[in-house]
Amino acid sequence: MVRNIIIGLLAVAVVATGIWGFQEREDKQILKVTAENNYQRAFHELAFHIDQIEDQLGATLAMNSRRQLTPALADVWRIVSLAQENIGQLPLSSVDLGKTEEFLYKLGRFSYRTSIRDLEKEPLTDKEYETLEKLYDYSKEIREEVRKSQAMMLANGDQWLDIEEEMRATQEPLSNMVVKNLEVMNKSIQSYSETEWGAGLASIDDLNGELKEALDGDPVTKEEAEEIARKYLQINENTPVHVADTGNGLEYPAYTIVADDPDHETNYYMDMSVNGGEPIWFLQDRQIEEQNISLNEAVEIAEEYLEEHGKESMQLVDSRQYDSIAMLEFVHLEDNVRVYTDLIRIEIALDDGDVVGYEAKSYLIHHKDRDIPDPKLTNEEARDRLNPRLDVMEDHLAVVENDLGQEVLCYEYYGVIEDQTYRLFINAEDGEEEKVDRLNQSEPVYDFS
Amino acid sequence: MKRNLFSFKIPLIMTFICIGLIVNTSPTYAFTDQVIQRGATGDDVVELQARLQYNGFYTGTINGVYDWGTYWAVRNFQSEFGLDVDGLVGPQMKDMLERATNYNEEFVKKALNEGRKFTHYGGTPKEIQKGPKGSRDGAQPQQPQPEAGEAQPQQPQPGAGEAQPQQPQPGAGEAQPQQPQPGADPAPAPQPDPEPAAPEEPVPYAEEPEVQDNEANIQKATNVPAGYSENDIRIMAQAVYGEARGEPYVGQVAVAAVIINRINSPTFPNTASGVIFEPRAFTAVADGQIYLEPNETARRAVIDAINGQDPSGNALYYFNPDTATSGWIWTRPQIKRIGKHIFCH
Repeated sequence: MVRNIIIGLLAVAVVATGIWGFQEREDKQILKVTAENNYQRAFHELAFHIDQIEDQLGATLAMNSRRQLTPALADVWRIVSLAQENIGQLPLSSVDLGKTEEFLYKLGRFSYRTSIRDLEKEPLTDKEYETLEKLYDYSKEIREEVRKSQAMMLANGDQWLDIEEEMRATQEPLSNMVVKNLEVMNKSIQSYSETEWGAGLASIDDLNGELKEALDGDPVTKEEAEEIARKYLQINENTPVHVADTGNGLEYPAYTIVADDPDHETNYYMDMSVNGGEPIWFLQDRQIEEQNISLNEAVEIAEEYLEEHGKESMQLVDSRQYDSIAMLEFVHLEDNVRVYTDLIRIEIALDDGDVVGYEAKSYLIHHKDRDIPDPKLTNEEARDRLNPRLDVMEDHLAVVENDLGQEVLCYEYYGVIEDQTYRLFINAEDGEEEKVDRLNQSEPVYDFS
Repeated sequence: MKRNLFSFKIPLIMTFICIGLIVNTSPTYAFTDQVIQRGATGDDVVELQARLQYNGFYTGTINGVYDWGTYWAVRNFQSEFGLDVDGLVGPQMKDMLERATNYNEEFVKKALNEGRKFTHYGGTPKEIQKGPKGSRDGAQPQQPQPEAGEAQPQQPQPGAGEAQPQQPQPGAGEAQPQQPQPGADPAPAPQPDPEPAAPEEPVPYAEEPEVQDNEANIQKATNVPAGYSENDIRIMAQAVYGEARGEPYVGQVAVAAVIINRINSPTFPNTASGVIFEPRAFTAVADGQIYLEPNETARRAVIDAINGQDPSGNALYYFNPDTATSGWIWTRPQIKRIGKHIFCH
C-alpha cells in the first residue's frame, strides 16, 4: 500500500517536472527569439542606413545649388548618426570595426559642417568636392560589404546569438563568415583613411599625443619624482612613497606613484610625467567625514596650494559641493583675461581641508606664455550681438577653444532669460557667437522612499 | 449643502491660523559662521534662499543648493544695499538679512522634508504658500492663488508689518509676493491629480511631520556636473559597482573614466547608456550585476571621472588577465595595471 502511494507520488513528481521543464524551455525560447530579433533589427537597419548614405552622397555629387545641397548633406549627417547607433547595438565589440566607425564619425562631421555653412557665400571648394567624391567611393565599398554580409545571413539563416556564443567560446579570431566579411570591410577602409578632411577633422582628439608634445621638460629621475610627489602630497620624509614606470602603451613617459597617507591610513595615487616632473593627476581614497569647513575656506586652501606649487595667477571659475567634497575649477588669468584652456581641477575634503584630488591635463597641454592681443570690438559692440532678451549680469574677457580647435579671444557674458542662466562667448575680433552654454547646476532629488 | 457650510468655514479657520503664524514667527539666528559661496549646499543655503525670498529677491525654489538663480539674487541684494557685489555671503550680508527678514525655520524645513512645493514670501500667510505633500516634484502645483478672489485677507506689503530700521524696501515692484509661479517649477509629467484646486484643507500645518525626517541636513536638490543628470550618474555608478566593486578606489575611477573616454570616442556610442549597454562591452551588464544597488564609493568614483580624473591614462579598454577569454584583447597596447585590471588602448 505504502509502496503504491510512493510510486504514485513519484509519478506525479515526474510529470510535474516534465511540465515545468517544458515551460522553462518555452520561456527561454521566447527570450532567445526576442534577443535575436533585436539584433536582427539593428543589423538590417544598419544595412538600410548604409544604403541611404551611399544614395544621398551620390546625389550630392550631381547637385549644384545650395537649396539642394544643404538639406542633402544634413540628411547624410542624420543617417550617419542612426547607423552609428545601430552598430552600437550589435554584439561586435570584439570585432575590429574601428576604422569603419571612425569613417562614419568623420563623414558625419564633414557633412554637418558643410551643411550648416552658407554655401551661397562659401560654395564647396574643389578640394571639398574631391573629398565628397572619395567619400562616395568608400560608402559604396562599405555598402557592398554590408549588403553581402546581410545576404549571407539571410541565405544561411545565421543567427546573431550564435555568433555571440561563438565569440564567447573561442579565443581565436572568429571563423564566422559574416564577421569576417565585416573585418574585410574595415580593412578596405583603412587604406583610405588618409583623405584630406579639412581643418580640425584630420585628427581625432588625441589627448595623450598632445600631452606628449606639451611635456618637453628635462626628464626627472625616480628619486626626484619622489621628492616632487612629497611636496605635492604634503607628506613628510618618513612616509613611504613608491615610484614605478607605467606601461609602454602610454604615449608620454610617466611614473605611477603610490604614497602612504599616515594621517588617514590610506594611499595617494599619482601619475607624474617623466619629462619635467609635472603631476598629471592625483587622488586619494578615503571616507570623508562630516563637513567642518566651508566651501569658501576650501577655495582659499586651494588657491594657496596652487600658488605654492608654481601655478600662479589662477582664478576660480566654478565651485561645487558634493556632500562633503568641494570640487573647484581654476583657470589661468593672463592680463585679466580668463584662459579657459589652462584648467586645473582641485578637490578638497571638507572635513579637514586636505587636497584629495588634482587634475591638470588640460593645463599641462595648453599652458604657455601668451601674448593676448587687445580686443578689436569694444564691450558695447560685442554686447550688441547678444540676444536682446538676455539680461546680462556679468562679463569678462576670456580665451576659449572654438570648434576648429583654435584659441580665440572672446567676451564672456553671463546672463539670464527667465530664471535660466546662460554663458555666451562673443568673439572679440569679429563678433561671432562662438559658444553658448546653458548653465544648470542643481537637480531636484526624486525621493521614493 | 454640507459642503457649502464647510467651505464657508475655511476662510475663517485659515485666518485664525494665519494670525497665529504671523504672531509666532520670531527671528531665528541660524546662519553659521561660514562665508557662503556659489556651489555650496546645506542648511545655510536653505536659510539664505528663504530669507532672500522673504524680501522678494529670490523667486526660485528653496532647495538648499546655491545655484545660479541664488547667485544672481545675492548679487542683486548686494548691489541694492551697497555691499561688494561678489556673490559671497559674508557676515555683513548675513547680518543685514537677519535684521531685515524673518526666517521660519520650522516651516521651511518641514515643507522641504515633506517634499511640498512652497514659498516663503514675507507677509504672506504661510498657509497659502504651501502646496500639498509631494507637490514639489510630483503633481502640478495647485495652490490657491492669493489673488484668486477667495476670502483671503490680502496681505500687508512685505516688511510693512515689521518696523524696518534702515531698510529701503526692495522696490515694491519686484518685492510683490508674486505668488507661486506654476511654470517655473521643473514639474515632470503631471500625475492624475484627484484634488481640485480648491482652497487647501485647513489642517496641513497641524498635521504631524512624516516619518522620514532625515536629520537637520536636508538636501532636496543636489549639484550635478554639467552635461550629466543625476540618473546618468546613477547608471554609471551601477556599472562601476558591478564591474569593479572589489577594486581599490583608483581602479573604480579608472573604470568610470573608461566609460567617459568611450562616450567621447568616435568609435563608440555617444551616450552613457549607449556605451554601457553595448552588447558584450561589459561583463557586469551581460550577467546582470549592473542591477545591484551601487554604494557611495562607486558614485564618488563616477563624479570624479566626470570631473576629469582619469587614472587609466585615456584608456578605452580594460580586462582582467585572470578571466579574459578573448585573445584579441591581449593585442591592445597596454597602459598600466590598476588592481586586477589591465587598462589599454
